[in-house]
Amino acid sequence: MSESMQPDQFRTSVREWVEGNFPSSLSSYVPSMEDDNDGSLPDLELWRQRLADKGWGAPTWPTEYGGAGLSHPEAKVVGQEINRVGGFNPIPALAGMGVTMVGPTIMEYGTDDQKARHLPSIASGAVRWCLGLSEPNAGSDLASLNTKAEDKGDHFILNGQKVWTSGAHISQWCGALVRTDPDKKKRDGISFVMLPMNREGVETRPIKLISGASPFCETYFNNARADKADLLGPLNQGWSVVKRLLQHERQSQTSASSGGTKRESLQDLAKRYVETNADGSIADADLRSRIILHLMDDQAHKLTVGRITAEARGNVEVSAAASILKNSATNVSQARSELSLELMGSQGIGWEGDDFNEQELNTVREWLWGKAISIYGGSFEVQNNIISKNILGLPETTQKG
Amino acid sequence: MAALSEEQSMIRDQAKSWASEQAPVQKFREMRDSGIEQRFTATTWAEMIEMGWTGILVPEEYGGSELGYLTFGVVLEELGRQLTASPLFASALVGASAIILAGNEEQKQSLLPKVVDGSELLTLALDEGNHHQPALTALRAEKNPSGFTLNGSKTFVLEGMAATTLIVAARTSGKAGDSEGISLFLVAADAAGVARSSMQTVDSRGYAKVEFNNVEVASDGLLGSLDQGFDVLESILDRARAGLGAEMMGTAAQAFDMTLDYLKTREQFGSVIGSFQALGHRAAVLFSSMELSRSCMEAALQAIDNGDDDIAEATSLSKAKMGAFLHEMSNQLIQIHGGIGMTDEFDAGLYLKRARVLESAYGNQAYHRNRYATLLGF
Repeated sequence: MSESMQPDQFRTSVREWVEGNFPSSLSSYVPSMEDDNDGSLPDLELWRQRLADKGWGAPTWPTEYGGAGLSHPEAKVVGQEINRVGGFNPIPALAGMGVTMVGPTIMEYGTDDQKARHLPSIASGAVRWCLGLSEPNAGSDLASLNTKAEDKGDHFILNGQKVWTSGAHISQWCGALVRTDPDKKKRDGISFVMLPMNREGVETRPIKLISGASPFCETYFNNARADKADLLGPLNQGWSVVKRLLQHERQSQTSASSGGTKRESLQDLAKRYVETNADGSIADADLRSRIILHLMDDQAHKLTVGRITAEARGNVEVSAAASILKNSATNVSQARSELSLELMGSQGIGWEGDDFNEQELNTVREWLWGKAISIYGGSFEVQNNIISKNILGLPETTQKG
Repeated sequence: MAALSEEQSMIRDQAKSWASEQAPVQKFREMRDSGIEQRFTATTWAEMIEMGWTGILVPEEYGGSELGYLTFGVVLEELGRQLTASPLFASALVGASAIILAGNEEQKQSLLPKVVDGSELLTLALDEGNHHQPALTALRAEKNPSGFTLNGSKTFVLEGMAATTLIVAARTSGKAGDSEGISLFLVAADAAGVARSSMQTVDSRGYAKVEFNNVEVASDGLLGSLDQGFDVLESILDRARAGLGAEMMGTAAQAFDMTLDYLKTREQFGSVIGSFQALGHRAAVLFSSMELSRSCMEAALQAIDNGDDDIAEATSLSKAKMGAFLHEMSNQLIQIHGGIGMTDEFDAGLYLKRARVLESAYGNQAYHRNRYATLLGF
């Protein structure tokens, strides 16, 4: 009995708090990863601070690190109640890669000092983190990275170039993968260091993408200093650290398809943009059948996320599923963009200007941006490598190249 | 695999070891080669009855265990892995569901205990044309002083030669294509005017064509309400489709396992072929779609057990997704095995043949995609 009462009471208390604390001025605000808490929106800062005080920015984190120590079901209730009033949790976006990736990895590999110095400011959304992983010549083959870190006693001196450092231009801290021993085999000479972005010798340049302006940057290290106190995990074992970090990334991308904001369904788009029969069905049978296939894929993806969550409660090993889910989320999301464009016809190929409405222009930008989903966080092909080797146990390729 | 209860896990383990030890695909091959008309081995069927599988859906008051559809699916999946031939699906899932959903108390009492002990073997006689389209039911049932007179024909009747009672969808009013005017009847397979002939299908399983020539059915042979049989027929079919999804999963999963094993052992160009990225990625994609399809299949069975209101959507999703995956998997089973896969001596062909029959039974992919879209209102 008390077990069924407690969740209700918890929900009621969350609801009351959210209703009393979410600034209504933010209800029409659309949050994004590029939000910069530059003080131009005082209510956003107020809301961030209130959530941070509750520990609800990263609600499942322990209280000593700025979280609220909630269980996953409880955290879900918090999210649902915030959504219910049209609200959002700005902290994961404001912390950049902090809440989803850096924080969980510090919790696992960090020293007590590192946890105490970094985790609370991530959980509160006060400090934004970026990640310096990829390089111009180390993309899918990340372990061939070249950024050099020379040991100078209590610190390293970094030289090299990182690319796709998302949000680097507005971040305060960076976690970077660097080569600390060039003589070892490539995966064995890598370390994970952390450094503030305002250090001398750190320079960022934004990258313009096919979809227009983007949060991505190139980041240059020119004799930049990283303290040894901020070496995460043991020296030359950065590859294990980053593998774990990337697992957290995949986990955070598995539900990408459902997106955050309310999107108009393809069925509704169809009613406005293409001919429909008297019974409401799409007249173009070929287009209709492709939409059905997509909606079935979407539903299969959602059911699989649900099934894997249910199985996790039965203590089944689930992290293996992350690659499958990342690829299926990618498929669903990219297919939806393509179908949206096709439904809009010539209204779905606009770049800017008054001939196209905001939804049409956003759909086009989203379609272009969406091409990145199957590249970042381990490309579609890299995920398939992981599935075939780690899950199915197929042997390493013996072919050259 | 869904988070199974302890009982469900036990039944799965029992089914897995029984099927692989007592009814492996080799048994199916022997049955095929023997050419027996009823298309299943009597001892195999007797053991299934012994293990209580015929009562999985039947309420306890009629002699069953009422463990539900997910439990039945767990058994069917294991049987699907070995292509085990039996009337379990036709009688204890489709037939029992029909009686449970549409039957009156008298019909339940007279038939359900016999489904459980195997003395009655039920089957649904529905399709008349070469595509599954329940509303096209045209077989006439005309009222006579003591009941009804049936005239018409049915095809692709599962276990039609072995069945003892046919559940016949018939038209009592309106015209073919109307969902109104369809009624269900219980007809003894040996009734005067019933003529059955065996169909030789590619999967070597039991199917029959059944002709009805002035077949007299007493009024207590009406199953469910007159003219209003379509909705309950769809409910029965959704249970059949969801169950078939589980069997399809088993067949596809076995095909996947055989393929994966071959990828790890077959050597060409001095390496095991599974080390070639083209094949590794193909296996990864197949495995991913197996996981995604499994979620749909299990969700349909769970929706039925929970009495959800979206059972129709869930089963069409399951049947379409399982159809697509089994189709692709059975083709890749042959392709990746290469020449050996083409030989009758190797089992791959048995799986391919069974795959296409399962795919088309109770509505193929196209049927269920269209139904799904219609249910979603576009």
